[in-house]
Amino acid sequence: MSDDVAIRATGLTKRFGALAAVDGVDLTVRRREVYGFLGPNGSGKSTTIRMLCGLLRPTAGEIDVLGYRIPRDAEALKRRIGYMTQRFTLYEDLTVGENLDFLAAVHELPRAAARTRIAELLERFRLADRHGQLAGTLSGGQKQRLALAGTVLHKPDLLFLDEPTSAVDPQSRREFWESLFELADTGTTLLVSTHYMDEAERCTRLAILDRGRMVADGTPRDLMTNLPGRTLLVETREPREAQRLLAGTPGIIAVAQIGNSLRVLATEGADFDRRVIEHLRAAGIEAHVQPIAANLEDVFVVATTAPAERPHAAA
Amino acid sequence: MQLRRLGSIIVKELRQLRRDRLTFAMIIGIPTMQLVLFGYAINLDVRHLTAAVVDQAQTARSRELIADLAATDVVRLGHVFQSPQQVDEALRAGEISAALVIPPDFETRLERRDRPAAQIIVDGSEQVIQAAARQLAAFPVYADVGWTARTNGIEVVNFYNPQRRAAVNTVPGLVGVILTMTMVLFTAIALVRERERGNLEMLIATPVSPWELTLGKVLPFVGIGLLQVTIVLLLGDVLFDVPLRGSLLELYAAALVFIVASLSLGVFLSTLANSQFQAMQMAFFTFLPQILLSGFMFPYAGMPVPAQYVAEILPLTHFLRLIRGIMLRGATLGELWPSLAALGVFIAIVLGIAVSRVHKSLD
Repeated sequence: MSDDVAIRATGLTKRFGALAAVDGVDLTVRRREVYGFLGPNGSGKSTTIRMLCGLLRPTAGEIDVLGYRIPRDAEALKRRIGYMTQRFTLYEDLTVGENLDFLAAVHELPRAAARTRIAELLERFRLADRHGQLAGTLSGGQKQRLALAGTVLHKPDLLFLDEPTSAVDPQSRREFWESLFELADTGTTLLVSTHYMDEAERCTRLAILDRGRMVADGTPRDLMTNLPGRTLLVETREPREAQRLLAGTPGIIAVAQIGNSLRVLATEGADFDRRVIEHLRAAGIEAHVQPIAANLEDVFVVATTAPAERPHAAA
Repeated sequence: MQLRRLGSIIVKELRQLRRDRLTFAMIIGIPTMQLVLFGYAINLDVRHLTAAVVDQAQTARSRELIADLAATDVVRLGHVFQSPQQVDEALRAGEISAALVIPPDFETRLERRDRPAAQIIVDGSEQVIQAAARQLAAFPVYADVGWTARTNGIEVVNFYNPQRRAAVNTVPGLVGVILTMTMVLFTAIALVRERERGNLEMLIATPVSPWELTLGKVLPFVGIGLLQVTIVLLLGDVLFDVPLRGSLLELYAAALVFIVASLSLGVFLSTLANSQFQAMQMAFFTFLPQILLSGFMFPYAGMPVPAQYVAEILPLTHFLRLIRGIMLRGATLGELWPSLAALGVFIAIVLGIAVSRVHKSLD
């Protein structure tokens, strides 16, 4: 494994009984990357993250994280990673300071260093005035900042964040992502799962998971530019009628109404705009059709549509 | 195992405990309440039973007998009937619990001493009153002509004063019962709570080992258990004058071993339960047989043999033998070693199973 790679997994599989929660995932995360896992609920994001941390034993596959073989070296790895979940897992009946003191002791930080580090983190995450407050009485955003402070207390090289922003408001989400980029700047590698498109778009690299399989992998920009001419904007006076007509047409994956226009996603790009115009005209609907740039949602829809539903699927 | 980490878990646990007012109140409240309840209320000493008198003799001596019986306080002679039939009816109706029937030939019977001079009829449907019946039957009606004069109040009071004896038997047993109740329940709940609230998912991603976590959470309860022992012993001494004939140090040593046994059971239950509620149900499931079969409620010797086998498995059975031996008979741990060994075996087996089940992963 080269020094440049933080996580490498091959053929990663986890079965719960007959269900394959994660099915043959190959994954490479480079150092200092903010690597995103995008996928619907039940797509295997959490299970994959838990296997990479050594919290779950894979049914099959090889895992190498920061040079440790997982699950064999999981205990050694735990000193160098941070793991944060959507749920607030610190103690609600301890104060902010007590929670961080406890975690500092758990990670065996020397006492003096721990004091300095905790003061620094409280300052950075704007919790300095909350030091003596019970964690359970914090707001959602504050709880989440506290959780992140607890996760990075021991300066881990690698952070696993499992849907960290699911429980907070948009403002807190933006701030949280600023914190993540600050961490990446200081050399930390981050693996973040999310089901928000805007968050996924901010990652330096992205994997889309669907039903336990990795269905796309690349930088958000590459993923979006790989769909040339396949996204069409259809402007018409009868959007509802046009949507009904187009929805059942072969070669069309999805039709979504955006205001008074339609956003149409096709299985292939070449010449498709003309075919749409003709198809609508045959039904007596006049429409103006133009290709537009694909966004991440288009990428997501294309990637997560089952092969059976897209006969001419582009690789 | 790392001492600072262990210490930080203990500190955390104590802080949480301090803020959990209900648990804190239970730690102090359960021993106090149970001691007072069992010490005062559960008592075979019977007083002021409603009783009737049928005096068919109507002599000076029969009236003296009635006056003496009334002086015992055991019965309160509230009714005067003319015939034994009325006694039957009143007993059946529950109006009286006992009756003194003095036959017309009372004087003759006293002289000849071939038949009981008088009769005390007791409601046998209630266990407690039945016990009182045995005491009343021993009332010296049969004695010499002069007996009434010699029967003074003190003699009767002594005779009917099992109160002191009951508390002496109950309080040592209560130490065991209270520890069984609180230790198993508290540990099982404390460990499951960590899992239920999601804290465990955070902890298993840290270098904390399952041993450190379990030990750190359980150790504070050892201190709490010893505190409870102290409360019960102090109250037992102050309120009921329960003696301590053996060594106090050995008593605490026995209690410590029993606390560890109960905590082991709690840790084991926590590995089976998925929620705090389940943990609580399981704790009560183990609590009941201990109360019923350990010899706390019913004498061990009076139980059928299969029940005795079950009782031998229960830690409370052995602890009761230890604490009764030390407190009441002044025995030493050396003399009581089989019970101590039994507790040791229990700890080894139960804790062994429990630790093998405490995984530090999510599957």
